[in-house]
Amino acid sequence: MSASELTTISAEELKPIHLPGAIIPAPPEESDTSIMRIEIGPAHPAMHGIVRLTTYLDGEQIVGMVPEIGYLHRGFEKESENSKWIQVIPYTDRLNYVSPVLNNIGYSMAVEKLFGVEIPRRAQFARVIMGEISRITDHLTCLAACAMEVGGFTFFLWFIKAREYLYELLEQVTGGRVTINWTRFGGNGTDFPDGFLKEVEVRLEKVREVIEEGDQLVTRNKIFIDRMKNIGVLSKDKAISYGFTGPLLRACGVPYDIRRADPHLVYDELDFEIPIGEVGDSYDRFLVRMEEMKQSISIIEQAIDKIPYGPVMTRERYLGYPDKKEVYGSIEGLIDHFKMVMEGHHPPAGEVYQPIEGGNGELGFYLVSDGSGDPVKCRVRPPCFNYVQAMPELALGHYVADIVAIFGSINMIGGELDR
Amino acid sequence: MQLVLEFLALPFVQDVLKILFILLLFAMPLGTFMTLMERKWSAAVQDRIGPNRANIGSYRGRGLLHIAADALKSIFKEDLIPKGADKFLYTIAPFFSFMSAVAVFAIIPIAGPIGDFKFQVTDVQPGLLFIFAITSLGVYGAVLAGASSNSKFALFGGTRASAQMISYEVFLGLSLMGLFMVYGSTQVSIIVEGQGEHWFGLIPKWGVFTQPLGFVVFFTALIAETKRAPFDAPEGESEIVAGYFVEYSGMRWSSFMLAEYIAIVGVAALITTLFFGGYQVPWLYHWESAPQWLVTLLQFSKFTSFTLILCWFQIQIRWTVPKFRFDQTMALGWKKLLPVALLNTVVTAIIIVALA
Repeated sequence: MSASELTTISAEELKPIHLPGAIIPAPPEESDTSIMRIEIGPAHPAMHGIVRLTTYLDGEQIVGMVPEIGYLHRGFEKESENSKWIQVIPYTDRLNYVSPVLNNIGYSMAVEKLFGVEIPRRAQFARVIMGEISRITDHLTCLAACAMEVGGFTFFLWFIKAREYLYELLEQVTGGRVTINWTRFGGNGTDFPDGFLKEVEVRLEKVREVIEEGDQLVTRNKIFIDRMKNIGVLSKDKAISYGFTGPLLRACGVPYDIRRADPHLVYDELDFEIPIGEVGDSYDRFLVRMEEMKQSISIIEQAIDKIPYGPVMTRERYLGYPDKKEVYGSIEGLIDHFKMVMEGHHPPAGEVYQPIEGGNGELGFYLVSDGSGDPVKCRVRPPCFNYVQAMPELALGHYVADIVAIFGSINMIGGELDR
Repeated sequence: MQLVLEFLALPFVQDVLKILFILLLFAMPLGTFMTLMERKWSAAVQDRIGPNRANIGSYRGRGLLHIAADALKSIFKEDLIPKGADKFLYTIAPFFSFMSAVAVFAIIPIAGPIGDFKFQVTDVQPGLLFIFAITSLGVYGAVLAGASSNSKFALFGGTRASAQMISYEVFLGLSLMGLFMVYGSTQVSIIVEGQGEHWFGLIPKWGVFTQPLGFVVFFTALIAETKRAPFDAPEGESEIVAGYFVEYSGMRWSSFMLAEYIAIVGVAALITTLFFGGYQVPWLYHWESAPQWLVTLLQFSKFTSFTLILCWFQIQIRWTVPKFRFDQTMALGWKKLLPVALLNTVVTAIIIVALA
């Protein structure tokens, strides 16, 4: 087999595929062998194992791209319809598996909105603290992977080390590192253990040091800037029309943060800044995430100062499970418990959409209830679906090596993309 | 007994013995040791422990056994040849890489001569031109591997490697022009001898002091030539997986890797020879009564330690900086290194003429 045979691509192969966002070059003449199709993924180290980018190349330059998703589809939404309301919470851990707390919180808040209940203040603060820890782990993972794709392997391992400090914190509260299943409707499954908040402060200091160290290692590194700057630029309008949210939209210069735009939990009582980028390239996304971690640390510190004492679970009937003391000590408690386990929660009929600021952008849950024990519909609005859709436009005209820099900076998480 | 000594005195036999000594006791052990050193040092950089699990019974040897484990593993692994690959070229490609990495040691003196006996396999007259020839042959390893693997990723790696290595050879040659002028020869032994002198009996006349710019360009070009990070676009582990040797497995893959690690030692040895005085121990001329064996031992130790330090330095570079994109590698070469190398040549020439 000669090299030219290998690189030739027929006009037949280039016929349009109707996928959202796909950019496919015009079919070349029969004799034109300048365009090569290369399949990046699904089994490719930079694709995190779960997405395929069919890329059309002219030399090393990208002239077209078709993202194909669905390799990690598990049927989350359908599965939810066949479960009790409360049984969906463990599934949400698997959505964005680097910030599971935020998924838990998002789903629980949506159901609480259906019930129309307010959860205790301590539980709200606890959710803010745990959620922000989770946001830091999300950003740490994303930045680590992003820097690793452009060659900063040391940076990767430093940040993974920092993430480990935080995972151990989550473990103290929830018992799990990734699949945590922590929130309940009307509160949280567990309160913080003794001395936890002190431990948080100690560990955040360590994390801050690692971030500072990593910052010195790559942020002003000439090679790193060359690799990231002006790569994958998206204008403000384009970003909005693609439905970008979260750090990616902010990197394009739109100061939109759901924690501010639609203050949930106790975010309106806390003081934090929203970093925004200028041009919306990979480097801006990197910097925005870097700054957001520092803001998250400050949010956690403020929340620790303000967190009140009190219950972490609402006393609302048929929302929280009755105390074990009640279950074993009184007939009403026993019956309550029995009915809740067998029939599940019964949110009033209706529909609700609850967005929260996930690690990666707007994480929304759209729920429909008919008043029975099972959700009629549980739809997730994953932030990175839109990002992958914009991938061809971001990558067009850049080189093959830039795919990893762009893809690393958009932080696609297969779990929530394919659900 | 007489016969054996006569046999050993034959130039041909001496050459073979030197080749065996330098290859089997210097280049190969250091190269294989580099595989462990890189993993251990990268672990130290990254707050890890590094490999320490391979064991014989309860003996772990601080990870040393991993060298043996790696070798055994790659020997016993299945040697796959992908469908549609050109079998002959696919098979022959690793040899080019390996051979060019090893052949560099042929002209490197590891200690000063004793009488007529030189601690150097061959002191060819063209000297460094031989190195350029050999490194050019190394290109074939990457190109043939990339072209014959029947894989698009490998093809990318092959084309990148060929472009990068051929262009960096230009700067490799140009950066040494000044050195040739300063020491008046391309022959390695003469260059090393020239570096044994001192200015005012104090500062050794090492290449790094006479040719600082040449040193920087040469070192950069040589790292690019061996395709080490930050110039490892041909391997491009994050985008084109492993580049030109993505389809290789087993011992063939290991030959590529081993070639890379021997090349690290080769680079270090070459730079020690050309820019850090080679085996010349500075200020040793003050001690004229030193016994010959001790001088040779000192020279060998100095050469080896400088080589090891430079090996470490390359590893440290690799684990500190991100990687260049392919076009950035080329831009760095043609837009920055080339003018610097030319400038260095011209300035050196002017200074030499002015001093003469």
